[in-house]
Amino acid sequence: MIHDVRLGMYAVAAILFALSLKGMSEVRTSRLGNWAGIAGMALGVIATLVAVHLRHIDWVAGAVIVGVALGVPMALRMPMTAVPQRTAFSHAFGALAAALVGTGEFYDRVPEIAAHGATIQDRFAILVLCAEVILGYLTATGSIVALLKLQEVKWVPSSPVIFPGRHALSALLIGGAFAIAIALAIDPTQPYLFPILIGAALIFGVLLVLAIGGADMPTVIAILNSYAGLSAVGLGFVLNNKLLIVAGALDGTSGLVLAVLMCQAMNRSFTNVLFGGFGATATAAAGKKEERPYRSGAADEAAFLLSNASKVVFAPGYGLAVAQAQHAVREVAEELKKRGVDVKYAIHPVAGRMPGHMNVLLADANVPYDELLEMEEINPIFPEVDVVVVVGANDVVNPAARTDKTSPLYGMPMLDVDRAKNVIFLKRSMATGFAGVDNELFYQSSTMMLLGDAKKSLLHVREALKQV
Amino acid sequence: MPPDPHGVMTTHDILMNLLVFALSSFLGLELIRHVSRLLHTPLMSLTNALSSIAVIAAFIVLDDQQNDFVTVLALIAIACSATNAIGGFMITDRILRMFKKDKPAKEAS
Repeated sequence: MIHDVRLGMYAVAAILFALSLKGMSEVRTSRLGNWAGIAGMALGVIATLVAVHLRHIDWVAGAVIVGVALGVPMALRMPMTAVPQRTAFSHAFGALAAALVGTGEFYDRVPEIAAHGATIQDRFAILVLCAEVILGYLTATGSIVALLKLQEVKWVPSSPVIFPGRHALSALLIGGAFAIAIALAIDPTQPYLFPILIGAALIFGVLLVLAIGGADMPTVIAILNSYAGLSAVGLGFVLNNKLLIVAGALDGTSGLVLAVLMCQAMNRSFTNVLFGGFGATATAAAGKKEERPYRSGAADEAAFLLSNASKVVFAPGYGLAVAQAQHAVREVAEELKKRGVDVKYAIHPVAGRMPGHMNVLLADANVPYDELLEMEEINPIFPEVDVVVVVGANDVVNPAARTDKTSPLYGMPMLDVDRAKNVIFLKRSMATGFAGVDNELFYQSSTMMLLGDAKKSLLHVREALKQV
Repeated sequence: MPPDPHGVMTTHDILMNLLVFALSSFLGLELIRHVSRLLHTPLMSLTNALSSIAVIAAFIVLDDQQNDFVTVLALIAIACSATNAIGGFMITDRILRMFKKDKPAKEAS
């Protein structure tokens, strides 16, 4: 009886999880979706708690209190620029939790199995358990490296770390770990092999993410998200718990879809990101660079251009967040809107440091979300746009992506900013972008370079606008 | 006697679980494809929170657990999952609250 009630509650929880993702299909229903997730989680936990006998309820309560004490301040205080780091951190914790439970379950189960002799189901369970534990630990250490790269910690280079024999070492570690998993499934009486498997997975995770460049972090975060979900699925198989399988599968596919979208946005293949070394090839191409004439302007010229426009588009990149210029952009936009200018924002899929990050940064600066247009929506409109203001973006507006077959950016979907009537390019200096590639856009006759700190430039533009 | 929450795994269970996994993966693909690109960041913080469902696995492992080592591992897992669950749902709500439409000031007058 209680067993059936528990399964019923699990079914409702699974439906609530699906509804929670459904709610994210539009802003209007999204907060409700989050509440559906909370309800599903509460229901799943209650259904489980009534069925188990905990010997140390006080310790469990203590563990929950520690979790709340860590999670709440982080959720409340974290600035929106640091959301990618928080996400990487939570992948690490989620994967670690799944890996630790899997480890515990292994040591719990193996003596029994060894005593009674392994059935075919036991062997399957051990194999899945080992795979889940490998995935969990490599995701945990990989996510920590991703977190350190995103945080730009000094002793972890954000460029890909590539050394000779890297592929061989990685293959040895992951191959060895899975070989141990198979060995344990065949003969579960050798549990001393298990720590070796754990060690190999931990080191493999570090190597995996160290080799990936900072520019690919949006993809990496999404892949790690997917792995964290899959390790929950593994636990579900081992413990014969369908709610774990459903929740893990939803999480895993979400990460997968986002990773594919990010790869498409950067014109990269999955395998290329995971085994690549993008930075290495791109910087080589940037070597030859001659001085070319460009048109440089001042803030009042930019303001004059903007005040005569009827349609203005801002094209922000991550440099916007680095310069903390989100609010300055919005203030210029508001000044323009007062004059009846139509203002929109062009959002490239990899404009931030994780999927959808730029939308959040602008929403944080009180930019209404109906002014944020995705690349596919805005690209056909650019020829009608009077002025595009590029802030903190470079590679995603580089026409070489469309025209220059020799460029490392070639084929990457770009914002067709060069097709607008005028471009104001805010830039710190004439240096190259993340990929180390020169940008044809700087030298176009319709482009005016506004060099200097983006935030200061925008504030000057706003002052000048007030006087026009 | 209370039912064993571990369940006894049979080949039938394994196949049913594979079916559940396949169907929920298809469901996930369909649902995520329709998520607004605007909301990909809060989607990630939401799915992070959902993945802390691993906490129920920790509870199941703790069921009548005599082994101290296993107990400690499960307790650490509970602390990690609790961090993710509460932090994930809270930051998702915080992000979603920031998404506002243009003020309908003109309509009011």
